[in-house]
Amino acid sequence: MKMAMRQRQGVTILQPKGKITIGAGDVALRDAVHEALDAGAKNILINLRETTTMDSSGIGELVSAYTTVTNRGGKLRLLHLPPKVQDILQITQLVTVFDVYDDEDEAIGSFD
Amino acid sequence: MATLTPRVELAIGSRFENIDLVQVVVKVSLQQLRLDDDTSHWIGMAVREAVANAIKHGNRQDPDKKVEVTFGIVDGDVLIEVRDEGSGFDPAGLPDPLEPANLLKPGGRGIFFMRKFMDGIDYDFRPEGGTVVRLRKRLETSAPGETQEDGSK
Repeated sequence: MKMAMRQRQGVTILQPKGKITIGAGDVALRDAVHEALDAGAKNILINLRETTTMDSSGIGELVSAYTTVTNRGGKLRLLHLPPKVQDILQITQLVTVFDVYDDEDEAIGSFD
Repeated sequence: MATLTPRVELAIGSRFENIDLVQVVVKVSLQQLRLDDDTSHWIGMAVREAVANAIKHGNRQDPDKKVEVTFGIVDGDVLIEVRDEGSGFDPAGLPDPLEPANLLKPGGRGIFFMRKFMDGIDYDFRPEGGTVVRLRKRLETSAPGETQEDGSK
């Protein structure tokens, strides 16, 4: 999995490309979130458009990222869920936890 | 009824990177059955979870311990068995990841996913050691849904 990171209007946007699965992508996601937080990020948007597979460990890392960011007084939101990831968030009832957006401008604006 | 011939068997060392190999073999095998993409996807995801559990919890990531996967058609169902060399677990003791107190826990969703993605799951804890997780999917269904718990044996 490859991770792109950029800033826009005070929001750190992470865009993982590939699998967020046990032993590989899950660790990369964790490292990227901690790197962003260590650099002072408060608001993080994870764009999952290019995420091809997410297993239970990947979901676990998303949850960990959410609680870590929230506990530090920040906000974590999701953008562009692929249909299969959307299905998994429905099944796990985590759709009730995450704020999910389909439009980047709207997602960025939601952090104001 | 579609058939899968011959039955597929493979054994991997307990490394997470080998999960991709299993998933590729399962995907190629399922192509023989001409299943729809959704069904193949969810079966593949369930197998990923079973193999990941076998590596992580069963074999404790000891690369010298093997995970064996067999895959075939039995009585019209896709049947997948995943065997490890671990000491087993209590399926009834697993927490419900949908409980509000568990919703934000990072772990504990692997078997839950298998139950959701497949039509049946059961476990066999061998007295000499090792666990077999059996996953079953009826060929006529396609969407993830509730799974029949066959119970531990």
